[in-house]
Amino acid sequence: MEERKGMEVSIAVAEAVKLSDVDVVCAYPITPQTHIVEHLSEFVADGDLDAEFIPVESEHSAMAVSVGSSAVGARTFTCTASQGLALMSEIVYLTASLRLPIVMTLMNRSLSGPLSIWNDHSDVMSVRDCGWIQLFCENGQEMFDFNIMAYRIGEDKDVQLPVMVNGDGFILSHMIEPIKIMDAETVKKYLPTYVPQQRLHPDKPITMGCFAMPNLFSESKKSQEAALINSLPTIKKAFDEWGKLTGRQYKTVESYKSDGAKTLFVTMGSFGETASVAVDELQAAGESVGVLKLRLWRPFPFDDFRKAVEGVEKLIVVDRAVSFGAGGPVASQLRSALYDEPNKPQMTNMIAGLGGRDVGPHDFVSMYNMSQDMFKKGAKEENFHFYGVRE
Amino acid sequence: MAKAADELTWQDLEVGCAVSEPGNARSYRTGDWKTFRPVLDKEKCIQCGICHLYCPERAYPEPNEDGHFIADLYFCKGCGICAYECPTQAISMVEEEE
Repeated sequence: MEERKGMEVSIAVAEAVKLSDVDVVCAYPITPQTHIVEHLSEFVADGDLDAEFIPVESEHSAMAVSVGSSAVGARTFTCTASQGLALMSEIVYLTASLRLPIVMTLMNRSLSGPLSIWNDHSDVMSVRDCGWIQLFCENGQEMFDFNIMAYRIGEDKDVQLPVMVNGDGFILSHMIEPIKIMDAETVKKYLPTYVPQQRLHPDKPITMGCFAMPNLFSESKKSQEAALINSLPTIKKAFDEWGKLTGRQYKTVESYKSDGAKTLFVTMGSFGETASVAVDELQAAGESVGVLKLRLWRPFPFDDFRKAVEGVEKLIVVDRAVSFGAGGPVASQLRSALYDEPNKPQMTNMIAGLGGRDVGPHDFVSMYNMSQDMFKKGAKEENFHFYGVRE
Repeated sequence: MAKAADELTWQDLEVGCAVSEPGNARSYRTGDWKTFRPVLDKEKCIQCGICHLYCPERAYPEPNEDGHFIADLYFCKGCGICAYECPTQAISMVEEEE
C-alpha cells in the first residue's frame, strides 16, 4: 500500500530512512541536507524510530561513527553535502575498502571556493573514485525509492558495499512534491533485517582496517574493484523487485523519447526532468532528439550505456561539475566508454548549472542549437563549453 | 593463515581484508627492520627484567633457564630502548653487518 502525500523531499528521505528501520543515524547538519538530519532527530526523539541518534562535532566524526556502528552490524545512515563530504572524505574511502554497507544521502552542493551553498556536482565528483555505489536521483520520488533500495543493494551478501544516493541540493532537497510513501510492512518484506556477513563481536574476534604490505595491497584493491563491478546484477535485481512492488521500474540508464532520436542529451540528476521538458518542445518543433539519464554512476553501466546510444548520431553531455583541465567528468567517462565502438556518435560537452545557476528548459533548447552548430564544425574532445558564462 | 602472504590471491582475501585469525601479527617478522641488535653482557646483567618491561615490541620473552632476558631477534626492531634503560649498561647495540 502506498499513500501519496505532498511533502518536502528532505522529509521524504527521512521517511525512507525511518521505513528502512535503521539502527544508527549519525550525521552533522549542513545546508542543504539539514532538514533530513532534523527530521530523523525528531523521529528518534519522538519514539517513531527505534535508533541511536548520535550527535557529533564534525562530518569526519559522523563518518567515523558510521564506520564503527556498521562494523558491529548496525544498519547505519548518514548524509551530508559539499564541505561536509570533503571533511569526511578520508573515511569515505575507508568505508568502501572495509566493505561496510552504510547508506549516505548526498544533497549535492558545490565545493568552495568561492563559497557557495548552492547546487552542483563538484562534491560527489571529488569522491568519484572512492569505491561506493553511486546513484543519482531525478526527483523526490526517486530520492524516497533509492534510499530504501540502497540498503537492499549494499547489504546483499554478494555486494557488501556502501551506497551513496545523490540528489541535487535545493532543487530536490527543498522542493515540495507529491510523493508515494510505502507502508512499513511492504518495506519490511522488500528490505529484510540486516544480517552482516562479518562484524566486530567478542564471540568471534576479527580485525578490521589493518594495514597491508605492498605484497597484499594490490590484491586487496583488486578484490574491492571486483566487488563493485559485481554489484551490477544485484543493483538491477533490486530495481526490478522494487518495480514489481510499486510499478516504478528503474534502469541504470533511463531514456526519455529516445527511440530513433538522432541526438540525445545525456544528464545526471535533476537535469533529466528539465531536459525532458525541452525535448517535448524540440520534438514538437520537428527535431529528432531525446534524453538519456544516468541513474548509476558507479559501477559505471558500460553495456547499458553503449546499448542506449546504438545508432545515435550525436550526444550532448551536460555536466554539472568541472574536472579542471579536462572538461566535464561525465563526458570524459562517456568518451572512454565509447572509444572502442566502431560507430561512435559525435559529442559536445556542456558544463552548466554550477553553484546553483538556474538551468531551465529554454537553456536545454539553446544548448541543443549551439551543439548542432558545433557538430557541423566538427566537435572535438577539448570543445567543452561553459554554458551561459558571460563573456 | 594457511598460505603465506606472498601466495594469497585476491580471491583468498576475506571481505574488506578482515583478519579473522587472532594474533597472526606473531608471524610478521619485524626483526628485519633493525640496523643495530642488542647484545647482552651476562656478567653485568642483574636479571632485573627492565628490558623485558620496556621493550615496545615485547621482543624480550620470559627469562630463560638461567634467569636472563634474551631479545628475540625475529621481532626486535633494534630501537635500543632496552640498552638505554638497562641500569647496569649490560646491553650494547651492535651494528648488523651481514
